[in-house]
Amino acid sequence: MNLVSRQTLPYLLILTAGVFAPFLFRDYSNEIAVLWLMIVFASTWDILGGQMGYNSLGNIFFFGAGMYICAIVQIGLYYDVGMYTSGARTTHIVFTTAQYFTGFALGTVAAAIGAAALAVVAGWIVLALRGPYFAIGTLGIAIAAAELISSWEWVGAASGISMPVFPFGPATQKLFFYFLLFVLAFVLLVFLRWLYSTNFGLALNAIRDDEQKAEAMGLHTRRYKRTAWAISAVFLGISGAIFGNMTGFIEPRDIAFPTTTFNIFMVIMVLLGGKGTLWGPVIGAVVFHTIKEVTWTYFLGWQFVALGLLIVVTIVYFQQGIVGWLMERYPGLFKAAPKGEPEPALGVALAPHAEGAE
Amino acid sequence: MSGAIIELDGVTKSYGGVVANHAVSLTVERGSITGLIGPNGSGKTTLFNSIVGYHPIDSGSIRFEGQEISRLRVQEIARLGLLRTFQATRIYGKMNCMQNMLISIPHRKARLRDMFAREDGEVAEKAERLLAFVGLYEKRHLRSGSLSFGQQKLLEFAMALMNEPTVLLLDEPTAGINPTLINGLLDRLKRANLEFGITLFIIEHNMRVIMNTASKIYCMAHGEMLAQGEPGEIQRDQRVIDAYLGAN
Repeated sequence: MNLVSRQTLPYLLILTAGVFAPFLFRDYSNEIAVLWLMIVFASTWDILGGQMGYNSLGNIFFFGAGMYICAIVQIGLYYDVGMYTSGARTTHIVFTTAQYFTGFALGTVAAAIGAAALAVVAGWIVLALRGPYFAIGTLGIAIAAAELISSWEWVGAASGISMPVFPFGPATQKLFFYFLLFVLAFVLLVFLRWLYSTNFGLALNAIRDDEQKAEAMGLHTRRYKRTAWAISAVFLGISGAIFGNMTGFIEPRDIAFPTTTFNIFMVIMVLLGGKGTLWGPVIGAVVFHTIKEVTWTYFLGWQFVALGLLIVVTIVYFQQGIVGWLMERYPGLFKAAPKGEPEPALGVALAPHAEGAE
Repeated sequence: MSGAIIELDGVTKSYGGVVANHAVSLTVERGSITGLIGPNGSGKTTLFNSIVGYHPIDSGSIRFEGQEISRLRVQEIARLGLLRTFQATRIYGKMNCMQNMLISIPHRKARLRDMFAREDGEVAEKAERLLAFVGLYEKRHLRSGSLSFGQQKLLEFAMALMNEPTVLLLDEPTAGINPTLINGLLDRLKRANLEFGITLFIIEHNMRVIMNTASKIYCMAHGEMLAQGEPGEIQRDQRVIDAYLGAN
């Protein structure tokens, strides 16, 4: 415990698990890859939903936007996008190895930048809304995006796009995308740990606790809100770019902008794990994903009933989530030991002192 | 600009048909403690809200350090150094006292990269010093929402000081605080004025408090400025007495 501080221990565990999992559980590597995606979903949702108190129901927008931006760049670099996606196309198009990876890399960068830009623009409008109005406003954006893409012939409309084919065999492909998602999730968790330790984390919490007070204190609330959403969008955009290539086929309603599945999963994973904490969303994602995979495998046909039940039970009886419940039950585990002196015991802390003046 | 730091000239504000402030004019001298009194519903808080940009005014002018601020938004005015506390105390309840203090640093100097700065060293020391100043040092790692109402008021006051304002508008700083704590707060208000050089403009119902702290007092009634003067004059003013007793 002295060699490894309490802060770095979870990271080492995740690193070890992440690196060895696909070799130990070869048959489940796709499921575990999706688990890393779920962790990205939950942790990015928590930036606004948990830390800042803005419950977005439209974060999937950035996932889908990233997916499409990446696809357009990948194809557009070498071919005419309208021709490539055309239903009348009869020629077979093959991307060389160099073309595939150049396109994928540039596409991912474009997805990150594009998603962030969309967050700033969308945030200009909807971040002025609060509470349920913000939730509905963001949901509207995600649904509108799905409809828009569904009728946009140039990007394949509702019939979607067959992505460039991965140039190596299926085993390599599996590992390649597994590690991309794992690295993305790991980088995100390291990044968030740093982010929440800066003024940025304090500002988000201040906005969550009392936004009007924060305004009255001169805090640049709009700047913080937009940046927070853009940060979520960057990671979601990248995850969309990776996931689109991983599945090999993208289309607007069920893969790019699945407002009723992935989009709702984000929220429920965070609520289940405990919102406003660094590890709550991660734990929520693991528990949720496990339950989901088990019900999908053993209770096929009833999976959405089981998930619906889980959502209802969490929201009605278990709002503080797993980590929130642990913090209530065992506060000693979570006490952030301040530098220098030890925390005063509760009895001492509650002794009248403020009244001592005069 | 003589000694005036806040100048209001003919400020009018109405909500629908109700005129909350009618042609209110006043000046607050730099470095002074100025009081604002008046019966409930006389328009004091509305006037404060107008000054800090909480809502647009219908007519008149509000100047802070000679600059017209009646068209600026809340954050912009706060960043100029004109800060207010709330009648119903407002703090960041789920954060601990230190965090409440650290996010209350003056934001007028904040550049983009300061969004990601980490406050320790000097800033943290200052936060601890101010918490000690209001007597909350021992409670600095407690969740601020768990403090008593009076302590939350003290924390809000400390947060305001952390922000290094030029002028601080206090809306009923002693309301809901137990009498023993009031003396302590009174003492700290005076020290904030003397030692930190902060101009104070205070709405207060507790006459003993306001008469003992303010050098000049304005009295409002029915949305209009009724009287002004030194504490002694105000106390003897028949219009003020009538207003408080409900004679008009």
